[in-house]
Amino acid sequence: MNKPLRRVAIFCGLLILALLVRDNWLQFVRADELNAHPKNTRVRIERYANERGNIIVDGKPITGSVDSGDEYFKFKRTYTDGPMWAPVTGYASQAYDANQIEKIEDGILTGNDDRLFFDRTLAMFTGDKKKGGDVVTTLNGAAQKAAFEGLGNKTGAVVAIEPSTGKILALASTPSYDPSSFAGYSGKDEKAWLALEKDKNKPKQNRAIREIYPPGSVFKVVTAAAALENGKVKDINAATDTPEGWKIPLSNREMVNHAKGCANASLKRALDISCNSVFAKLGDDVGRDKMVEMAEKFGFNAEQFTPVRSSASVFDKTADRGGNALSSIGQFNTATTPLQMAMVTAAIANDGKLMKPYMIDELRAPNVDLLKKTEPEEMSRPVSQENAQLLQQMMESVVTNGTGGNADLNMDGVKVGGKTGTAQHGDKNAKRPYAWFISYAKTAEGSPVAVAVIVEDSAGTSREDISGGGLAAPIAKAVMKAVLKTRG
Amino acid sequence: MSVVTNTTTIGAIEAPSRRNTELALLAFAVAIPVFAYLNVGLAMDGKVPAGMLGYGLGLGLLAAVAHLVVRKWAPYSDPLLLPLATLLNGMGLVLIWRLDQSPRLIATSMRRYGTFNPDAPSQMMYSAIGIAMFVGVLLLLKDHRVLQRYTYISMVVSLILLLLPLVPGLGADVFGAKIWIRIGGFSIQPGEFAKLVLAVFFSGYLMVKRDALALASRRFMGLYLPRGRDLGPIITIWAVSLLILVFENDLGTSLLFFGMFVIMLYVATERTSWIVMGLLMAVAGAAVVGSTASHVKSRVAAWLDPFGCLETATDQNMLNACDQMTQVLMSFGSGGILGTGLGQGNSDLIQFAANSDFIFATVGEELGLAGVMVFLLLYGLIVERGIRTSLAARDPFGKLLAMGLSGAFALQIFVVAGGVMGLIPLTGMTMPFLAYGGSSVIANWALIGILIRISDTARRPAPAPAPSPDAEMTQVVRP
Repeated sequence: MNKPLRRVAIFCGLLILALLVRDNWLQFVRADELNAHPKNTRVRIERYANERGNIIVDGKPITGSVDSGDEYFKFKRTYTDGPMWAPVTGYASQAYDANQIEKIEDGILTGNDDRLFFDRTLAMFTGDKKKGGDVVTTLNGAAQKAAFEGLGNKTGAVVAIEPSTGKILALASTPSYDPSSFAGYSGKDEKAWLALEKDKNKPKQNRAIREIYPPGSVFKVVTAAAALENGKVKDINAATDTPEGWKIPLSNREMVNHAKGCANASLKRALDISCNSVFAKLGDDVGRDKMVEMAEKFGFNAEQFTPVRSSASVFDKTADRGGNALSSIGQFNTATTPLQMAMVTAAIANDGKLMKPYMIDELRAPNVDLLKKTEPEEMSRPVSQENAQLLQQMMESVVTNGTGGNADLNMDGVKVGGKTGTAQHGDKNAKRPYAWFISYAKTAEGSPVAVAVIVEDSAGTSREDISGGGLAAPIAKAVMKAVLKTRG
Repeated sequence: MSVVTNTTTIGAIEAPSRRNTELALLAFAVAIPVFAYLNVGLAMDGKVPAGMLGYGLGLGLLAAVAHLVVRKWAPYSDPLLLPLATLLNGMGLVLIWRLDQSPRLIATSMRRYGTFNPDAPSQMMYSAIGIAMFVGVLLLLKDHRVLQRYTYISMVVSLILLLLPLVPGLGADVFGAKIWIRIGGFSIQPGEFAKLVLAVFFSGYLMVKRDALALASRRFMGLYLPRGRDLGPIITIWAVSLLILVFENDLGTSLLFFGMFVIMLYVATERTSWIVMGLLMAVAGAAVVGSTASHVKSRVAAWLDPFGCLETATDQNMLNACDQMTQVLMSFGSGGILGTGLGQGNSDLIQFAANSDFIFATVGEELGLAGVMVFLLLYGLIVERGIRTSLAARDPFGKLLAMGLSGAFALQIFVVAGGVMGLIPLTGMTMPFLAYGGSSVIANWALIGILIRISDTARRPAPAPAPSPDAEMTQVVRP
């Protein structure tokens, strides 16, 4: 009986071997995949197992953690002024994962990042509790407050940038939501989440960076920049050869002007009163390819990472002549995020140098050691210094002589440049138009702030009264004022 | 192992008994779980666990009793079996105690039943009963060949054991499997004991009938088919046990019995055709059961694509099966190579049966690939020592019994670990010694006891020849 016995012994050995091989497959080959599987709640358990680090504005945390006494997720995220900061922080929910900074810097905030290895090891020996690191933002609390309160119960967004560095100073979006309301995983949190999901006003949408809108007239500054850069206009005060009733190429329609006095208006005058015909014709003169080139230098047709990803703004690369002319006044397929328009404004205010926008200034270890500091980075130079200054002259004229009077700060030593926009949209422009305003403030030391404001719709404002100058400019003004004040 | 005898007439040299080796190994087998306790306590509460001394002393005491009994009543037995079983039992206690500390499992139990009873104390008690069983086997069973006499009684007993859970009022349906009986406050899984008794029956029967089964057969399509009257009883008992188990929703055990039966038949008759027939029957049986029983379908679905079937599950049962499978896989995955460390994993996410059917997932998560391989090798060693005993045994009954028991043990390891790791569909059995469960621990200690008894007989030196009257005369005469 010994021969079959030996064979059975080999068979049993093979059974054990099969188990060993399977285990290696599971725990060595597939370990990472299984560990990172979306169904694996360990990631979330780990995220909330320790006190999470904070997101910091002006040296003060705008987030917090409370011990929820729960057996799954020990700590729960809290937010100070949640709705105001939601477009910046994003949310960290025990049930619904996380997004934006909470997600991107999860490693630092949970303390699991490799850069915190030393801290963790040290804490192991000293017996300290593991704690997450902090994310220090570039935001300016006062500016954010001005933006958020300026938008009030209107739907819209505000982005403010420091032109010389690209630091984002304000990032507001309304209507907003309170990330605290669904930070846990109870029935109450679920209800809050579902209510937000179903809300027709899309409060969870980050309008400042994730929504693209037709820019309307504010896009004219890009067209003006293209005209100057391509030598189509040399003197901004010289008359352009534009007849009143300029015909859109490849169509029988004429370009309608809402302002009077656009016939052969100078570039400066045309921007002051926002002449459609002048800019449509300029866009046509520059040509589609050069227009596309200019728009893309400003950041169009690409996603921006601040490091939160924004949607890509659009300038149509394949439009025909008529489409290009319409695109040049911010209509047709042109669509932009508020962030993109703030970048355009910042580049002009910064004498033609576009800085890469960012909102995470520093990453800090739990012991306040600096892990990483974001250095300002030049993204492109859409316009030359001279042309940028010409554009500044024109935009300042818009505020002093044109449609942007509501943004004037009336402060000594501060010049304000701006541009209004009232974007028609919808089928046959039937929907209520969007009110845009872009502006910057400039002192002798340069420009501390550039702002883009969009007010999507405002119940209670009659259609005729919706205009960039009327609705959006005061918000931009408040934001600029707040920034100037905090800079002393 | 043959006895080394001196060819001179001085007498037989005694084979080394290896009892001291066993004692040294036992010291490790007790020390390792004690350190593991310390590890869990420090990881979970940051302090030396209060129960450590109690559990350590308890385990040490049990090991000491077992060792002394072996030293006295089975002095030549295999020195590895007892330390291996002690180590596994001790580690099982640690793992169960660790899961007892899980706030999640406590909270779930409080929500569901309003109370929480830690399982480690009862497992400690079961271990004590298990050792008592082990001692009882060694004391009462002076020679394993005695069991041969109870061949047909074993048949009846195993059938009764298997039928008990179906008796109304006695059987208890625990989460779909009708494999329990409840007497007083205790639940017993008779199937675990039936494994031993059935092995005795198979050994006894096959030993008598093996020649008939091997030789008096007709050739049919290249296979040797034995006569019905030889095969009849064994097929009957096997089929009945399978039917009962299918009726009781206990596929793992029926697979185990079937495998044990085929292996023993093959060893007894030395005919490969049994393997072929066994495989064919297994495939046919699996196909029938797989396509009819809904809980099997769920488990097959959970095995084929655990993550996918969470979305496609057609009913709650299937959803539960798939969810459990994904939790177990993620437990293993999260463990990685070295594991999270005892007490620091989240294997309690598996919830129900985390400390019984799925205890191996806790090993996977907290001790990692390294730990799982160690455990598999420990089990492999037990199987290997069992087969070694079978090879060394001098009587066919002992050979068959040792083979049957260690083969069944190996199959059980494969079915449980393979099921938990997703190698084969899950069947719902427990890891011997490691998992929580009284019947399992007690029955497996009895199994080790029988193996030790057989190995003692096998390694016992032949009695010294009677002193020869003319020994004096043949002594070397020095010049």
